[in-house]
Amino acid sequence: MMPGGCEVDLSPTYTGCPATEVIERDVREALEELVGPGNVRIQTVLDPPWTSDWISEEGLRKLEAYGIAPPPKRSSDKRSLLGLSIPLNCPRCKSSQTERISAFGSTACKALHRCLDCQEPFEAFKCI
Amino acid sequence: MKWDTCDPSEQYLLHLGDDALILGHRLSEWCGHGPILEEDIALSNLALDLVGLARQYYQLAAKRIGSGTTEDRLAYWRGERDFKNHVLVEQPNGDFADTMARQFLFDAFHLLQLEAIEQCPDADLAAIARKALKETTYRAQHSSEWVVRMGDGTDESHSRISAALKRIWPYTDELFQPAEVDRIAAERGLGPDVQSLREPWLELIREVLAKAQLSLPDMPQKLLRGKSGIHSESLGFLLAEMQGLPRAYPDAQW
Repeated sequence: MMPGGCEVDLSPTYTGCPATEVIERDVREALEELVGPGNVRIQTVLDPPWTSDWISEEGLRKLEAYGIAPPPKRSSDKRSLLGLSIPLNCPRCKSSQTERISAFGSTACKALHRCLDCQEPFEAFKCI
Repeated sequence: MKWDTCDPSEQYLLHLGDDALILGHRLSEWCGHGPILEEDIALSNLALDLVGLARQYYQLAAKRIGSGTTEDRLAYWRGERDFKNHVLVEQPNGDFADTMARQFLFDAFHLLQLEAIEQCPDADLAAIARKALKETTYRAQHSSEWVVRMGDGTDESHSRISAALKRIWPYTDELFQPAEVDRIAAERGLGPDVQSLREPWLELIREVLAKAQLSLPDMPQKLLRGKSGIHSESLGFLLAEMQGLPRAYPDAQW
C-alpha cells in the first residue's frame, strides 16, 4: 500500500496463459473499489518465476472442491518435471487408483487424468 | 521502420521472439486437426506457450525500441526480411511425424539456449528465460516421448518418423552457425555461443534416438540464413495468413 493507492506485483502462472490479462483486470477492479480508480499500479513480475508451490492451502482446497486435483509440492516431488506420472487422488471419490491420460489438458496449467474407480475423468493442476 | 536500425541487443530479442512466434503459429495450425483429441489439445497448448513466450520477448523489445513500437507492430507489421527466426521453425507441419521431428530437434536446442540466456546479466531477459525453462522442459518431454513412441512403435510409425527426421535434418545446422545476432549476443553475454551448443545437443538427440530405435540421420546440411532474414518460400505464405487480418483492418480494436 502507498498513500492514496496501492502497488501490486503480479506473477503470471504459465507464459502463454490467456487468463493473465483477465486476472490483472479483476485485481485492478477489486482494488479500485477500495482505493478509487486510477490509484492502482500493477506490475508483472517474472522473476522469481511463479511456482505451483505458491498456491495457498485455501487455494488447493478450492481447486479440489471444484474438481481439479491440486498439484503436489514441487520441492518434495520433482518427478513430474522428469516425465514420470505421479499418482493423484481422484477429486471426486478420493481413490488413488488413477492414471494420467495426457500431460496437456484444456489449459496450459492442467493435465488430463482418469479415475479407475469411479471412471470419471478429471483435470490436475500441473506441478511447475 | 525503427526495428531495422534498433540496437543489436534488441535485434537479439526479436530473433528469440521470432523463433517462438513462427513455431507457435505452425503448431496452432494443428488446432482442430490433431490425430487424436489429446494431441489436438497438447499441440494447441504448446502453441499457446510459444506465442506467450514470443509476447514476452516482443514486449521487452518494444519497450526498449520505443517510438511507440508495440508487440503487435512487431508481430504483424514486419515482412519476411525482418524476421530472424531459424528456417527450421517455419517449415510446414507435414504429418504428425514431421511436426514431432521438427519439435524434438528444436526443443533440445531451445532448452540449451534458455539455460544459457538464464545466466545473462540482463535481468529482464534472464527472467523471461528462467520462466520459459520450466514450460520448455514439458515441451521437450512431450516431443521426445513421441519420437520414442513412433520409433519404437509399429513398422508404419517407425518408417514415418525415420523419414520425417531425414527431411528436417538438413535444417538443423543453422542452429549452430552464428549469424550476426548470435555473435553480438555472445559478445554481450546475452546468449550462448551457438557453436558450443552442437555437442550437448547431439548428446540429447542421440540419447532419445537410441531409445526410439532410430539412427542419427546422415543428410547433407542446407546453407541457411534465416537469422539474417533470408527465408524459405514457406515463410511468405505463413506471414500472409498470420498477418492478413490485422493488415486488412489496421485500426481494429479488440
